[in-house]
Amino acid sequence: MANYVRAHEDPPAVRLALILSAVAIMGFVVVVPLVNVFVGAFAEGFGTYWKNLADDPDTLHSIKLTLMVAPVAVFLNLIFGLAAAWAIARFRFPGRALLTAIIDMPFAVSPVVVGLFLLLIFGRQGFLGTWLREHDIQIVFAWPGLVIATCFVTFPVIARELIPLMEELGSEEEVAAVSLGARGWQLFRLVTLPNIKWGLLYGLILCNARAMGEFGAVFVISGHIAGKTDTMPLRVEKLFQEYNMVGAYAVSSVLAMLALVTLFLKSVLEWKTRQDLAASERLRAEGGAT
Amino acid sequence: MSHVDVNRRVLPGFQLSLGYALFYVSLLVLLPIGAGVLKASSLSPAEFWAAVSSERALAAYRLTVGASVVSAAVNLVLGGLVAWVLVRYHFFGRQLLDSLVDFPFALPTAVAGLVYSNLFVENGWYGRFLVPLGIEGAYSRLGIVLVLVFIGFPFVVRTLQPVLEGLDRDVEEASACLGAGRLATFRRVTLPSITPALITGFTLAFARSLGEYGSVVFISGNMPYRTEIAPVLVVNRLEEFAYAEATAVAVVLLMISFTTLFAINLLERWSKRYHG
Amino acid sequence: MSITVRQVTKRFGAFTALNDVSLEVPPGELLALLGPSGSGKTTLLRIISGLEIPDTGSILYQDEDVTASAVRERNVGFVFQHYALFRHMTVFDNIGFGLKVRGRPKGEIRDRVMQLLRLIQLEGLERSLPSQLSGGQRQRVALARALAAEPKVLLLDEPFGALDAKVRNELRQWLRRLHDEIHVTSVFVTHDQEEAFEVADRVVIMSQGRIEQVGTPGEIFEHPATPFVMDFLGNVNVFHGHVQRGRARLGNIELAYPEYQDEKSRAATAFVRSHELEILKTKNGRPSLEARVTHVNVARSVVKVRVFADAFSIALTVDLSWDRFTELQLAPGDLVHVSPRQMRVFVQEQENS
Repeated sequence: MANYVRAHEDPPAVRLALILSAVAIMGFVVVVPLVNVFVGAFAEGFGTYWKNLADDPDTLHSIKLTLMVAPVAVFLNLIFGLAAAWAIARFRFPGRALLTAIIDMPFAVSPVVVGLFLLLIFGRQGFLGTWLREHDIQIVFAWPGLVIATCFVTFPVIARELIPLMEELGSEEEVAAVSLGARGWQLFRLVTLPNIKWGLLYGLILCNARAMGEFGAVFVISGHIAGKTDTMPLRVEKLFQEYNMVGAYAVSSVLAMLALVTLFLKSVLEWKTRQDLAASERLRAEGGAT
Repeated sequence: MSHVDVNRRVLPGFQLSLGYALFYVSLLVLLPIGAGVLKASSLSPAEFWAAVSSERALAAYRLTVGASVVSAAVNLVLGGLVAWVLVRYHFFGRQLLDSLVDFPFALPTAVAGLVYSNLFVENGWYGRFLVPLGIEGAYSRLGIVLVLVFIGFPFVVRTLQPVLEGLDRDVEEASACLGAGRLATFRRVTLPSITPALITGFTLAFARSLGEYGSVVFISGNMPYRTEIAPVLVVNRLEEFAYAEATAVAVVLLMISFTTLFAINLLERWSKRYHG
Repeated sequence: MSITVRQVTKRFGAFTALNDVSLEVPPGELLALLGPSGSGKTTLLRIISGLEIPDTGSILYQDEDVTASAVRERNVGFVFQHYALFRHMTVFDNIGFGLKVRGRPKGEIRDRVMQLLRLIQLEGLERSLPSQLSGGQRQRVALARALAAEPKVLLLDEPFGALDAKVRNELRQWLRRLHDEIHVTSVFVTHDQEEAFEVADRVVIMSQGRIEQVGTPGEIFEHPATPFVMDFLGNVNVFHGHVQRGRARLGNIELAYPEYQDEKSRAATAFVRSHELEILKTKNGRPSLEARVTHVNVARSVVKVRVFADAFSIALTVDLSWDRFTELQLAPGDLVHVSPRQMRVFVQEQENS
């Protein structure tokens, strides 16, 4: 390798300094906190760690609750994401820009505000409060409220992943399929779905991570009743308030592992997409004769 | 002449998909916001004003906005540097580092808050060095900024990366041919091209920080007038059963969020025109 | 299956893509829609297929009015300009798609797909993905896919537009042979005049939403109906002048034009093909123009000589055979006489009637 520096490249000393700075930044901001979670969780040994998770009924319940609420919210958001992406990416209609903007909304709104507004509707003194009590339907301070709050905060994720993807793919294949006689669900199942599968998977994973980690909105609407309406993040907060740091860390470690799995799957999906693209480019170049 | 508008007659499912999407959005977004506005309007203008402009509320807004601005600015520098390194240089572990950038995205905010507060307390991993120096990371405004830096970190990096990757190296070479050193080239050639992305990244990080609750609750100590952010104020009012006052403050927060969203939208459109 | 287009009009906002267009396509014909961009040819094709609906007018397939039918119900085979192959399906699944969504049994699908693979000469590639094929191969798969369900009508939108010249040539021949074998009523859109004339039974020349002329390639070439057609076919020289009292005066060339006997003089344009102009060293009594040779292009099977007539500031192109060129010994700068053997005169339409 020649020793000179190309005109658009930085000199090696600068490069080294910048790389080390970047690593240092990532280290202090991201990596050390990550390590801290696990160190804190196992601070009193593996036995205590396991006890904190498995022997504490409230913690166990919170895990079960999170595992119940998040998938439901993700599923509901999936249906919405597919519907919204189909409508927005494949058609032009008045109000399309407005709908896209509304989908972006939860992104900037504080989850506490969301939780409060939902409380105003479904709470005991809310607009629907009396009606709900008459019909013995419990929404706030119960898991339906958690699902609704989680849905609000995370519903844009899948849609925002699918819309640009489907716009980029274009509708030619689907129009061709219709000209060949495909009906609605056939069209979707045979043509659209295979083309968006990686983006969809990625959206699902991200949505799930956000759903499981949602705190603010759920905090307000759950009434944080331990053993009943605490999801895992809320459990962490409760343990923190009780100064049970090791316990809080134990639950946090599960959430951190979830985050790492999410990152891993995301990398795998990105790698797969890049592989797909590279393979088709290569083979096209070798394409050849008529 | 675009044939896209014809898709309604050719592709199926328009009414079904749009109908469901509108239904979902109305239920989930418009209804709650409507409820909020309705409740807030149940206060008389005087009451409303009293609730949203009390000393405590004003302190909360200042803190919320101020901390968000500072943390977003810090992220501009840190995130910018990391983005540059990830795009321009190849080194062992680059892929791993790149994946880790998204960690704050994927990690529940409560865990972030827990960890950051424990890192900066007196006997924490960072605190044991910083507290003797007088830098109180936990239960302080500084702590809020620090955790918001963590939360907003991926935004700047992920916004800058595609832009940096798409930069035309030829322009930098031309600049070198004309006699400019690397720093001058960076300042005069590269920086202007990535400015729209920097602004967008800043705004995204800012918007995200505005609403952040989960992590801040752990690290700030939530002391009114000093370390109480606006969302915490809302929750406190709620726990005092002062629903209308809580809603009033929430509506103000909502308006700040909308303004930020609007600004982001404008920015995205402006930067699209800028980049052609 | 014949196709009838009856008085079809289509507007996109303020732009009129098709203006009262009518056309008859007899069963089994291979028809080309030829014209520059914006002429409406693609819009017409899409209306015939059902991908667009006309504002007024109707489309009939063999006496059945299909104007209101969705594209799915019309059983057309449509070949898209950029193929629109299903990128995640194999060649086999692509071709068999139309049969699969109609619920045909697997055995039938298999037989039909293999038959078509033989027809398009891509046997052995049934497991390949579209990304693994060359442009020409993809186009053939797109064609097979459109033909699989035995459509009544085959429609192709600039089928060879995205291919290299050599591949384009080969596929043209191939399409012609295929049509001779299958005899499906086919309509294809192209902006390439050579392609239309080489492949189609009849050609429709379109401009600005109207049909300029319909006919066999020979008919159009021999008897172009309008100035546009003449100009579009190319290789033509244009003279401007006027007609009056039975005579046409263009430049200093005068001919009899008995079709116009009026006293009032009217503007006229005359077209002369490059090979219809003669170059003479000396006048021979026939109407001619004086011109100077400016450029000689000998790199072709025919010699193209460019001349400039100073008196009228017209540049003309004359096609000469090699023999004639050698006979004349022309070089740039020579003074010659240019005489038309045949001229087509078009009188300008009167503005106020």
